[in-house]
Amino acid sequence: MKVLLLLPLLIPLLTAIISLLVWDRRLQRIFGVIGMAGLLGSAVGLLRTVCKEGIQAVQVGGWPAPFGITLVADVFAAIMVVMAGLMGLAVMVYSLTSMDKRRESFGYYPLTHIMLMGVCGSFLTGDIFNLYVWFEVMLIASFVLTELGSEKAQLEGAIKYVTLNLVSSALFLTAVGVLYGMVGTLNMADLANQLAKVKPSGLVTTASMLFFLAFGIKAAVFPLFFWLPASYHTPPVSVSAIFAALLTKVGVYALIRVFSLLFTGQTAATHGLILAVAGLTMATGVLGAVAQNDFRRLLSFHIVSQIGYMIMGLGLFTPLGLAGSIFHIVHNMLAKTNLFLISGVVHRVKGTYQLSSLGGLSRSSPGLAILFLVSAFSLAGMPPLSGFWSKLILVQAGLQAREYTIVAVALVVSLLTLYSMTKIWNEVFWKTDPAEGEQEPAKTDSFGEAESSLALLAPIVVIGCLIVSIGLAAQPVFALFEKAAHQLMNPAEYIRAVLGELP
Amino acid sequence: MTSLILSTATTYLLPLLLLLSVYLLLHGHDVPGGGFVGGVVAAAAFALYAIAHGVEEARRVLHTHPRTLIGLGLLTALLSGVIAFVSNEPFLKGLWTTVTLPVEWKLGTPTLFDVGVYLVVVGVTLMIIFSVAED
Amino acid sequence: MQTVMAFVVGALYAAGLYLMMRRSIFKLIIGLALLSHGSNLFLFLMGYLTRGGPPITPPEAVRPVAPFADPLPQALILTAIVIGFGVQAFAVVLIRRAHETLGTDDLDKMQSTDVD
Repeated sequence: MKVLLLLPLLIPLLTAIISLLVWDRRLQRIFGVIGMAGLLGSAVGLLRTVCKEGIQAVQVGGWPAPFGITLVADVFAAIMVVMAGLMGLAVMVYSLTSMDKRRESFGYYPLTHIMLMGVCGSFLTGDIFNLYVWFEVMLIASFVLTELGSEKAQLEGAIKYVTLNLVSSALFLTAVGVLYGMVGTLNMADLANQLAKVKPSGLVTTASMLFFLAFGIKAAVFPLFFWLPASYHTPPVSVSAIFAALLTKVGVYALIRVFSLLFTGQTAATHGLILAVAGLTMATGVLGAVAQNDFRRLLSFHIVSQIGYMIMGLGLFTPLGLAGSIFHIVHNMLAKTNLFLISGVVHRVKGTYQLSSLGGLSRSSPGLAILFLVSAFSLAGMPPLSGFWSKLILVQAGLQAREYTIVAVALVVSLLTLYSMTKIWNEVFWKTDPAEGEQEPAKTDSFGEAESSLALLAPIVVIGCLIVSIGLAAQPVFALFEKAAHQLMNPAEYIRAVLGELP
Repeated sequence: MTSLILSTATTYLLPLLLLLSVYLLLHGHDVPGGGFVGGVVAAAAFALYAIAHGVEEARRVLHTHPRTLIGLGLLTALLSGVIAFVSNEPFLKGLWTTVTLPVEWKLGTPTLFDVGVYLVVVGVTLMIIFSVAED
Repeated sequence: MQTVMAFVVGALYAAGLYLMMRRSIFKLIIGLALLSHGSNLFLFLMGYLTRGGPPITPPEAVRPVAPFADPLPQALILTAIVIGFGVQAFAVVLIRRAHETLGTDDLDKMQSTDVD
């Protein structure tokens, strides 16, 4: 089923083309939802095929690997594509009512589809330079999305976001250059083969560190994360949500891919560094979050903190650790996106993101309060929600690998996460509304109130249910992640799928 | 800025430059040229026209919104890949056929892809130039 | 030649980074452009420099006559240049808008998104 590998790229592209050509808001919305649903459907099909028949590869243009560009889907990539489709669909439904007309008429929908194409391309490509191209596709679309609307804060945030990401792209390109000069190939499977033959040298380490810097900036790890809390809270909430769900995770994906397939020669140095960075990322992120007083800025710092958990499993570099990482990525995409979507609903009801001027929502909208609690407790790692299991697995992997420091950091950070989630709970939902008695801010939207709240709440409810059901059915889900981790730890199958049987 | 010399010259230069851009586009496969270069030349032609006659006039001469060109270009490029796919070849594989016009001319899906690139480049470049010029 | 080019790459990186450290937003964009040129040139050099040997296979031959230049880095930087062209065009529009809306080109005055 080779077509399944192409569909996650072609469907968003086709949807973007249709949105560009018809350029009618109503039709763009309809095609947007259809396109995202199609993407999700094809991604689920891909995941099923990969689980059943092993790693799939397609040589685009008929050029045989390692000369042409290869698309590869192993279980990890397929899971990520499914998550991209799911988050895309959720945010698309959410933006039906939350996106304002002006931004819609500037091309919000085609840009989102192009970005989704870039994200899926990054997950599926098997060629390191092609990965750069998909990164750029995703980034250019995300640049325009951050800036769309040209509000003052947005422009400021966009400058920081664009600058840091361009530096990261330049570093990425340099790293590709070093690799090409060293072994003369760009196909990732072939690179893995060739790098295994190269003696560990300063050049290999240089290349690996350049990749770490380039992907680290995109993933927002410890010393490189400052652009994220400075820019993620400036665009409209559905843009923040899709960025939080996908963009940093693409960086994490690239880190995991590169450091499980290519640079496995000096794990003591490289993965030790990753582990240290993981701990620092968790700690600085959560400490930054504790000090915040804006709903979305607080959540932005939590993105950083949670990235630490995701690369902690990579740093441990054991099958259990990687499975924990993948579990945490999936869990975090769900929980974090949901929190952003909820912050958007809160903003819609109260007209502000400032925690100090919010309050009383647990009485006025108890349903929303419950949905918030599910996501927030999951993020903090309360049983039996999804976040508990992913953290449990990571902690278990850490104990097995005798990395007690990182385990301690992870547990303390978990507590602090819980603290800062209860802070949101107190400020937004529990305390009495400081503006009680004053007039409600006027609501403006093109849909009726009932429809609007349905489109806003449906994605939140569905994601909330997923968080609970992953928590309750952790075993079968975990088996899937374990399989993905197994494939990552044994790259032979990946290499065979791309290059065929080697003599 | 209105200059009689420039505005008279661009009226004649526009078709010539567009012709040159199509020439570059069609020759791109084995000699220097191609969709990107051709597209940049075509966009430059319209930009020149916009400098001489104003953006409004250039938009009118273009007849369509730049974003439609982007859409059409992406569609053409996508089509060039799908043609190979429906004829049971790998996606995006180059398929060639020889057309005997007065001269023999090799036509293939990579040409079609280049046409797509051409349209996208014209669309994107003009979109940026127009929006900067109009602010 | 290789050595000279290595210094050129180094100079481009240094100049790019230096300009990015300045406070003017305009210099930031120039710096980013230089930085990306530096990495393009670096990528190009990784194919090693070969003079006067285009990688074109003569008719009825299987491979080009050695020594020929490595065509891949050229194709790669062509892609990278095109992408850079698009990104820089966007960046120029962005700083123009930013300058109009914020009324300053001083990066030190753009800190409102960093604090509450």
